[in-house]
This record gives sequence, C-alpha cells and structure tokens, in this order.
Amino acid sequence: MNRAVDVLVVGAGPAGLAAAARLAAAGAGRVEVLERERAAGGVPRHCGHPGFGADHRGRPLDGPGYARRALRAALRSGAVVRTGVSATGWAGPLSLDVTAPTGLERIRAKAVVLATGARERPRSARLVPGTRPAGVLTTGELQQTVGSFGAGGEDVRGRLGRRAVVVGGEPVARHAVRTLRAAGVETAAVVTELPCAAHGFGAVPVLTRTAVVELLGRGRLTGVAVRGRDGVTSVLRCDTVVFTGDWIPDHELARARGLALAPGTRGPVTDGAYRTAEPGLFAVGNLLRGVEPAQVAAAEGRAVADAVLDLLAGRPRPTAGVPVLTAGPLRWVTPGLLGPAAVPLLVRPDRRLARPLLTVTQDGSALRRERLRGDQAPWRSVRLGPEWTSGVDPAGGPVVVGAEEYAS
Amino acid sequence: MSVTRTGPLPSGPEAEYDVVVVGAGVVGCAIARALARHPLRVALVEAASDVGDGTSKANTAILHTGFDAAPGTLEARLVREGHRLLGAFAGEAGIPVEPLGALLVAWDEQQRAALPRLAEKADRNGHRTTRLLSADELRLREPHLGPGALAALAVPGESVICPWTTTLAYATQAVRSGVDLHLDCRVEKVRTGDPWHRLVTRRGVLRTRHLVNACGLHADAFDALLDRRDFTVTPRRGQLLVFDKFARDLVRHILLPVPGPLGKGVLVSPTVYGNVMLGPTAEDLDDKTATGTTAVGLAGLREQGGRIVPALLDEEVTAVYAGLRAATGQEDYRCAAHPALRYVTVGGIRSTGLSASLALAEHVLGLLADCGLEPGPERPLAPVRMPNLGEAFPRPYRDAELIAREPEFGMIVCHCERVTRGEIRAAYASDIPPAGPDGLRRRTRARGGRCQGHFCGAEVRALSEEYGKGAR
Repeated sequence: MNRAVDVLVVGAGPAGLAAAARLAAAGAGRVEVLERERAAGGVPRHCGHPGFGADHRGRPLDGPGYARRALRAALRSGAVVRTGVSATGWAGPLSLDVTAPTGLERIRAKAVVLATGARERPRSARLVPGTRPAGVLTTGELQQTVGSFGAGGEDVRGRLGRRAVVVGGEPVARHAVRTLRAAGVETAAVVTELPCAAHGFGAVPVLTRTAVVELLGRGRLTGVAVRGRDGVTSVLRCDTVVFTGDWIPDHELARARGLALAPGTRGPVTDGAYRTAEPGLFAVGNLLRGVEPAQVAAAEGRAVADAVLDLLAGRPRPTAGVPVLTAGPLRWVTPGLLGPAAVPLLVRPDRRLARPLLTVTQDGSALRRERLRGDQAPWRSVRLGPEWTSGVDPAGGPVVVGAEEYAS
Repeated sequence: MSVTRTGPLPSGPEAEYDVVVVGAGVVGCAIARALARHPLRVALVEAASDVGDGTSKANTAILHTGFDAAPGTLEARLVREGHRLLGAFAGEAGIPVEPLGALLVAWDEQQRAALPRLAEKADRNGHRTTRLLSADELRLREPHLGPGALAALAVPGESVICPWTTTLAYATQAVRSGVDLHLDCRVEKVRTGDPWHRLVTRRGVLRTRHLVNACGLHADAFDALLDRRDFTVTPRRGQLLVFDKFARDLVRHILLPVPGPLGKGVLVSPTVYGNVMLGPTAEDLDDKTATGTTAVGLAGLREQGGRIVPALLDEEVTAVYAGLRAATGQEDYRCAAHPALRYVTVGGIRSTGLSASLALAEHVLGLLADCGLEPGPERPLAPVRMPNLGEAFPRPYRDAELIAREPEFGMIVCHCERVTRGEIRAAYASDIPPAGPDGLRRRTRARGGRCQGHFCGAEVRALSEEYGKGAR
C-alpha cells in the first residue's frame, strides 16, 4: 500500500515523540510516528527510577511516567503514533518501506525525522573472549526481562540467575545493579576499566582499572575472569553478567540512506538545526551519539521542528556550515556542522578531566576559551553555550574544540 | 516417526532398528536421510539436545567445490559429488545458497607462484573453470582489498550456504520419512551381539542390527566402545568473527588464502545472512569441549583481516565463536566398514563435512551393504521446504500475501535480523522444535543480530516460553 504523509518520524522515544508533538501542534499536517516496539516511549519505559524531571505538580517522574507523558503530549497535539510497525528500508529519498501486522506499506513524506536511538554494545562487539553461555546480557535486555517477567520472585530469578557481575562504571551500571537487586539478584562486583566509577553502588564492590578477559561456563555462565590493575587475573563466580554502557547509535536507516557518520559519535552528521546532508531528512536524539538524558533528547526533538517547518513552508535551506571536530582528550562533539544559527555544542570528555579549559578555534584563531569548574566525567556531556558562534567564519576551515587539563 | 528429547526410550519391537546412526551432525543427519529412502527401521541418536549442535553449527558456512583437495582421495571425490548434490537439494529444500565464487588472493611472490599449481590441482580434481587474475582484474572485482594483493585464482562454484538449515533439512526430511530421532540420548555402552547390538543410553536400551558411527569429534571414543582403536581425533579449533551487515558491501566473493609453508591463513567471506565472516584460526588442542574464543585468537584474526579488507575493522563485530574440526593426522577421511561387527565408522571428516555430506551418505550406504545390510527398494522421501534464513531470497517480513493470511508474519520481534513472531511460532511448531534460545537462533536468526538481544531478548524469550510449552 502506498501512502503519503507530511512528516514521518521513525522512533517513538523521547526525541521522536517531542518532535511529533511540536510539529503536529504547529500545523505541520499529518505527522506520523512509527515505533517498531509494541509500546511507545523508548528507553525510559524500562527505567523504573526517578531522574526524568517532574510532572506539572512538581512530583518527580520515573521513566515509565515520563514515557506516558511524552506519548500523551504527542497524541494530544494530533500526531499519529503507530506501534509494532517497522521501517525496514528506503524506497526513495523520503520514502520508507514499512512492515506492519496489517501488511506492507510504502510511506512517502515531505520530511523524515530519524529518531532511532542507541543500543549498548553487547559482549561480542566488545570482543570479550571465552565461551558462549546463557546469562550474558546488556542493561537494556536486563531491564526488559525484569519488566516482562516482573521484579522479584522465582519467575524472574530463574531467568536471570542469583549472582551477577556488572561491567561498566557509568551511571547506567548503577541502574543495572538496582534492577538486579529489585529482581532479587545479588551483584558480586562492578567491574570497570575506568580509573574511577560513578557513585551510588552502595555496598557492592567496585573494581576500577579492571577488565573482563574471559567468560567461563558451558550452558550457563559460571564466572568471569578479570584482570585487575595489578595485572593479576582472577575469577569472579557468577551466573549472570551485565554489559552496561558503551553506547552506539542504532543508525541502520541513516547508513542505508548513505549519510556520513561522524567518527567520534558513529551517528549521522547534522547541522545545528538537525538537518542531515540529505534534503528533507533530519536526525535527532540518541541516534546522534549514544545516550544523553531523556530531557536532552526531547529538547532536540522539539528543536528540529523549526527546520522541518521551514522546509514544509518552502523556505530556502541555509548553507551547510563548517565542520566541527574535536582535538585532545574529547571523544566527540555535536553538531558536526555549524551554520549561521547560534546553537550550543555538546562535548563529551574521553576520560575524567580536572577543571579542563575548553578551547574553540578556527584556522588557528581562538573563538572561545572556557574554564570548567570541577571534574568532568567521561559519561557526562558538557554544554558549550552559543555566545561565540557569531565569530565563526562560514567560509573558513573546521571549527576545532579542544580541552586542556588544569595544571596547578 | 518421532522425535524424543526426554523420558524413557521406546521398548520392545519399537526399540528394534535395522540401522542406528549415532551422531546428528550434518553427516549423521545426511546418512539418516539417505537410509530413509528404504523400507528400514532407522534411528538417529544424538547426545546433545539438538541436531547440528557440535562442529556442524560453528564452521565457515562454505559449500566447497573440492578444487583444492588432494587428488585421488576419498575426500576429493565426495566433496566434488557432494557439492553437486547439495547444490541441487538446496534449491528443492529452500536452503539458502549463494554461488559467489572464490578468489584465492596472493599477497607475496611465493603465493603468486603457487597459483598456477593450484589451478593444475583443480584441473586434476575435475574443476576446469578456474582462471588466473592479474592485480588489476582482481582490484576491479574486489575494490576494497587491502594494498599488496598481487594476483588471484578465481574459482567459480564455491558458494556460501546456511549450515544450520542444511542439517535441519536433512534431519527434518529423515524424520518425516519415518526415522526416529532421539535427542539428549548419549550412548554410554555398546554391547555387540548377533543379530542385535545393544546401545545403552541414559534413557534406555536400543537394539539394532547395523550401527553407524557419525560422532565427529568423538568418533574415536565411540569406536573404543566397540574395541576399535583405528585413529585418534585431535580437535582443531577455529575461531571466527562475524562482522556487521554494514560490512557486506565490502566483499563480493569468498576470499580464500593461498595455502603455504606458513600455514593456511584465514578467509574473508560473505554469509548468506548478509554479514561478513573472518577466520578461522587453526589450533590443535586436546580438549574436545574447548569451543571458547581467546584474546590472542581474536586479535590475530583482526590483524589478518585488516590486511585483507582494511575497512572491515571499522565495522562492529556481531558475533564471535569457535568450532572444532575433527582432525586425525591423515589428509583424508577415515571411513571404514567393519563387516564382522555390522558397523561403519565415518571419521576424520575434518572441515569438509558440510560440502561432502550428501555424497558421504551415499558412500556410507555402500559401506553398510558391505556389512550385509539389504536396504530394499527405494521410495521417494517426504518433501521438505525449510523457512528461508537467507538475504538473497524472500523473507517473511516482506511477504505481503503471507502477512495478509497470517498477521504474525508482519510483527517483527528481532529487529536487527527482521525475524517475525510468525517465524518463532513456526519454529516451535516444526518437526524438530528448538531446545533453547540457541536452537531458535539457528532456525530463525532471532537474537543473532548486531544487538544480540539488547532490544529483543526479553520478548524472544517470552515468546519461546509461550510457544515452547506446546512443543515439548
């Protein structure tokens, strides 16, 4: 079946729903969101902990509450949100092939917004050697397993095991530990190659500068071999191991469309208004660089609406802008292109940086120097305000963001 | 016909067979299928909980022509015949095969000098269509090859195939044609006798007139149960890396190494699932259960793969695994009839069992006849059409008619591999349902993609439990 809509949003997570809500409210016409999962809301649906802002009465929201609110907002503004519907490939520049229980569709749009999110690298992508037993999962699978089989009780423990090792020292590892605890699974240790971990692991031992070097056990996992900071290898007995963090954008549709990926993020390159190199094709949210808080992704979803509305109104597309790159101990920066609009940059440290001096230069001249207070952790992005962007030469070379550590 | 996994084995006349085949790998399943063409009572007995659960599930997934076999050997003949037979059967049974052809790529002068000799060897093996390619011709065919490729030998006919579907198709056709399949049924003792051998298993005793050892890695241990000690199997481990589907466009042919004094080298090959495979290592071990990967092995593969197709290393790795080939220290198969024991051993099938399987099965029928088996008249096998797991053929998620008929085939559960709810249900409703998540993956590809269950693991598991209840 061939259909046409005005705006097609792929992915009903925080970014996609926010984009749809604002576009539908702004009169963009038929705004349709495709969600391949059976429910809309994205990752927050599985995050039963606070940290998702507050509702209109100021009460803190947990993930599922946040997801419900985001979905409600999109529906109220008139967007159509379809779940259990998969966009499987491109049939044309702005036309997607879709599989649904109701049949195959080919949906053509005036604008397509990709909001396909990110995933945690599984064990195989991390090249962890050893056997291939049961009991090896990511935080995402852990949370969904607990969600679908219920926390606590033999039902979920029988599926998860009794004693887990959690790999990774970022805040998501803390969520994994809490999810395990709620399901009645003890965490033997948190293991991270980082020199320091996030806080809040309670009594669970945190082994820093420690790598998982082998998975052990046939049929079921019996332990993980780890190599500690002293170079000594030892075995942690466990029947479950959860690989956390190490996000990679789920960029299949972006790549299938031929979009260039930024080397640091592995997400599609966009300008500050979330336009990709392909006219009419936009990208927002965690697809751009792996996981940021839901509120950050949602803000991008709201922000993309301006450029989409410009396109629908036939306003000319601004020039592409100059590339933005990183230098020094920074993993990535977004957006990858800086145009005439003043937009903030999001910068991610590659390791813990003590009071770093962020520098922005173009063709050797400094555009901005900003000393950050305190330590910057590698799992949290730094927002660099847009005040300096008027100094960017649109005909100049790449804008380079660097960091120098504080030398006392 | 029946498939059992638990409970006591049948007893009385139900437990009396004309032939019992021990080992349900690709070779054992092919033998059982060949026997099923005759009015015989046949059982296929397997220690693991699924067919194809050993070497047959963890190999390079290539249907070889046998161009480089040692001329005149049994292996050379059976691989050549097997290639033809399996190619034809695959079409009938819906086993995905892609005849991409192979390129043996020479990276130094010594290897280049070896290419004409390999072409001659291929000639002697009956493959007269090989062709030498210059560096420029090679580059045109494989633009993503790393620098330094000097020349290549093109070998048409070398194909990629789904090893899981192949084994399952043989077993399914055998079962539908009347063979009893007993899984989770390790044979612990053999009491030889006349007219019956008694096979003692954990689940009871089977009686058979003729016995076939298709135990692969454990063929020597099974021989020992009958006091035969003709050879020793040395497991040779092969570690493999499977790269993300985004790598598929980087490789057009099966890129084989030129064998030389420094070892066999590794191959880079597309898979029928749309990935790219790199491997295998070749490590002689003692432990027949050592199917783990190692840091040294994986690092070595990446280093070699990066020289063959540098851009490969920019892509994510979807899976790592290791399989064990059954080497015996002899450059040929070890197939033997023991007429006094009414017993046939099929040993030392090394790394070509998949390619040779159908021809091996015919060969074993001959060996059984040497042992006094009178198979009786031939009859057609029950037809079999397997669910397609290959990217080169239509998959259910794109089949409008199927979805209109059964909307479950429009509900994608495993997003990376595009596996639908309907396919998972069908796997559990099939003749040989999966015994666990790995068996389900081999039947549907569910959970086998780049997320390895991050998105779909919980739902696949819930569906397995729901559909699995009725199946077991």
